[in-house]
Amino acid sequence: MTFATVPAAVEKYSTAFEAAETRKNSESPAWLNSTRRQAWATFSELGIPTRRRGNELWKYTNLRPLAEAEFSFGEAGSVSLDALKSNGPWDDSWDTIVVVDGVYSDSLSNLHGTSGLVAGSLASAISSGSGEVERLLSSLAGREEYAFTALNTAFIDDGAYVQIAEDSSLDSPVQVVFVTSGPGHDGDSSRATYPRLLVDAGENSSLTLIETYINLSGSAQLTVPVVEIFAGRGSVVRHHRVQMENEQSFHIGTTRVNQLADSTFSSTTFAVGASIGRNDIHTQLAEPGAECTLRGLYMTGGQQHQDQEISTTHAKPHCSSHQYYKGILSGRSRAVFSGKVVVERDAQKSIADQKDLNLLLSRGAEIDAKPSLEIYADDVKAAHGATAGHVDRNTLFYLQSRGIDEDAAKAMLVRGFAEEMLDDFKPKALRDFVERVTDYRIKILLDESDTIGTA
Amino acid sequence: MTNQRTISRESDLSGQEYQWGFVTDVETDIAPKGLSEDIVRLISAKKEEPDWLLEWRLKAYRHWLVQYETENEPSWANIDYPKIDYQDIYYYAAPKSSSQAPKSLDDVDPEMLATFEKLGIPLQERAALAGVAVDAVFDSVSVATTMAKQLGELGIIFCSFSDAVKKHPDLVKKYLGSVVPYTDNFFATLNAAVFSDGSFAYIPPGVRCPIELMTYFRINTEGSGQFERTLIVADKGAYVSYLEGCTAPFRKTHQLHAATVELVALDDSEIKYSTIQNWFPGTPEGEGGVYNFVTKRGRADKNAKISWTQVETGSAITWKYPSVILKGDNSVGEFFSVALANNHQQADTGTKMIHIGKNTKSTIVAKGISAGKGNNTYRGQVQIMPGAENATNHTQCDSLLVGDECGAHTVPYIEVRNPTARLEHEASTSKVSDEQLFYLRARGLSEEEAHHMIITGWSRDVIKELPFEFALEASQLLKVSLEGAVG
Repeated sequence: MTFATVPAAVEKYSTAFEAAETRKNSESPAWLNSTRRQAWATFSELGIPTRRRGNELWKYTNLRPLAEAEFSFGEAGSVSLDALKSNGPWDDSWDTIVVVDGVYSDSLSNLHGTSGLVAGSLASAISSGSGEVERLLSSLAGREEYAFTALNTAFIDDGAYVQIAEDSSLDSPVQVVFVTSGPGHDGDSSRATYPRLLVDAGENSSLTLIETYINLSGSAQLTVPVVEIFAGRGSVVRHHRVQMENEQSFHIGTTRVNQLADSTFSSTTFAVGASIGRNDIHTQLAEPGAECTLRGLYMTGGQQHQDQEISTTHAKPHCSSHQYYKGILSGRSRAVFSGKVVVERDAQKSIADQKDLNLLLSRGAEIDAKPSLEIYADDVKAAHGATAGHVDRNTLFYLQSRGIDEDAAKAMLVRGFAEEMLDDFKPKALRDFVERVTDYRIKILLDESDTIGTA
Repeated sequence: MTNQRTISRESDLSGQEYQWGFVTDVETDIAPKGLSEDIVRLISAKKEEPDWLLEWRLKAYRHWLVQYETENEPSWANIDYPKIDYQDIYYYAAPKSSSQAPKSLDDVDPEMLATFEKLGIPLQERAALAGVAVDAVFDSVSVATTMAKQLGELGIIFCSFSDAVKKHPDLVKKYLGSVVPYTDNFFATLNAAVFSDGSFAYIPPGVRCPIELMTYFRINTEGSGQFERTLIVADKGAYVSYLEGCTAPFRKTHQLHAATVELVALDDSEIKYSTIQNWFPGTPEGEGGVYNFVTKRGRADKNAKISWTQVETGSAITWKYPSVILKGDNSVGEFFSVALANNHQQADTGTKMIHIGKNTKSTIVAKGISAGKGNNTYRGQVQIMPGAENATNHTQCDSLLVGDECGAHTVPYIEVRNPTARLEHEASTSKVSDEQLFYLRARGLSEEEAHHMIITGWSRDVIKELPFEFALEASQLLKVSLEGAVG
């Protein structure tokens, strides 16, 4: 007895793929056409991963709602600069690239011609004929057996490109804003977009990168971003990811980082949006002396589902990695933390730690944590930990006995839990923004909370 | 330096083989190889089982067949082995003399008694001296149960599973499959269809079993599978401590061991289950050895406690997750484990704690040692169901690596669906530090002695949970199993 398995939802995307391919084929270089076709072949074989049994990567995340939803693939819509400024972090002194519905917007982007920085549209980087772009694009994501990087790669067209020259150190951050404008061209259905970002940090360069996702529509959208970051020898990349999709939307993001010798990559994720949100980051410590720090804060309420899929591979000796995530859950929401550290055979003198702490504020909320270590070298120091707990009566009483009213005390306790993650967001405008959103979200989460300070 | 160690390990090994690898020349009564409905019927007939049990076996067999045909053999574990040919296994192998069941120890085949002498468990003296009641299972048939009389006076039933089916059918019928149903998983289903024997223990309400109950398992026949089934029921307020030991002869072919253990702890009772698993691990080159695919699970009712302690040094592959369903309010589950994987051994082992009742509490302490080319995975699941108010769990799993060709992995699954639960999980992976070794070497210990001392100390949290004699044996086993891996 065998069951023929039809990959889920492939046919929904195939018309769009064929249309896009006909449109782009003549303009794109041959290598890109072949990359797209290979990725499409992979996606049409895999489909949307709806099967969870025996599928470790999707054990706790049910993609059926996504597979069943209908999306359109229309022309990019338009958004106003004011809407961007009020819905996301913004500072005029930053170099900002704005990508609307996957397409680079020259009028909204705010670039200062900073020396050492090449920033702008991915499409023009591709058409410039740069050998580097050809070499790097989809070398970390898009050729493996993974449905969502394949889906994004099959639709590669435009997006953002950031390149820092060797020995350049940028004083001010570079922000890439991916914004979803609203329903597709046929008006009534939701839009699917495949944002793409390629970051090439040269040897001994230094960069602060802010990656922001904003959704200005009120309906369910699908965003499948893929980010590839190449950290050159001795480079320092500070990455911030702010995900603010609306609560009907699907956000299935993938970030792939390759680190050469003595590079430092640090990333902090701020994930509050989406109906189903997934943040999949993998860092490859490809040469000795590389270090990565992956951190994040996820806050879920209502029926939201947030999935953090965090992995690091130690391929060479003398590297270190740190994963530290915190979650605040309320309502009937659900969050997943799946951390993985692989230390390969040669990677002696590796140091790895991994931590996931969760605060559950209500009955009906669920956290599934899976911090795992896979170690094949003996001279290694590795540790991991995970906790789940709530705010108990005594803690709340302590604050109240010092004259703080109940609501303020609860907000203070939850905010205190989040604080160390917020501290990571160093650029001032960014910090102000995430603080504002956090305080606003905490109010909503506390309204949905039925257990805080009760036991 | 590590490379030198590995090389010297290889040369040391010729003198350091599995010391329990003898074969006992006992005439065996074996059914033909292969699995079919007829074999299931044959096993049941040989055991003179009642119809309901045969029906249960057949249901299990049919369910297994569907699983087998839809390729539902579990593949998620971090273990690697060639596909098992289920038609190339003897499903029934009994020592011939057992068809005339021994009336007393004098009737037991002397060859077999000698086997137990070699194993270090002389049934008579040691059992009496140590106050241990032994039920020895030899190729899945229970050979003799000692001290049954003393236990009988307290109303405690401790006998082979087949005896229990004959003498206490109501108890067996009530509890068989109540914790591990025949549909549970691929190997438990196979076990339900073809299990040949095992142990049964029942402790009546309020009785504290005065001695430790013990079963020794041994696979003797080449190419045979061992499918024993153990059922332990502690009635309200009862207490029992149960020990289990396992060995197998040196064989170049793999042997399949798919056992099922069910524990039922009724209100206010306590079951302590200790295992020393020393199945043949295969040769240093990775030939042969036992595939140990075991399902162990207990159900703890109100205020009950179930504690699993295991020292796993044997088997080519271990796939084993002793679990506790914390069903009753205030119930407690514990899991203490030391798992060692040397040479080509693979172990994927851990536990599941399923919190259903209020104020339930679980503790997990798992220590994994990897040496040679061994791979050791801790895989554990802690699940807090929505009704498990104020549940707490503490998990600690530590891995130690000896040599640079082994692997140590930790895969915990933590699922929390009640906000009042408190969970803590911590784990670490490290090697024996040069500083610690230097300290002991400077005090005159050889490198090997120093390693042994550090590893025993490191495993102490688990070993101390074992009953006294078992603790000594466990410490010795760790030493023998690691010999040659260092120094």
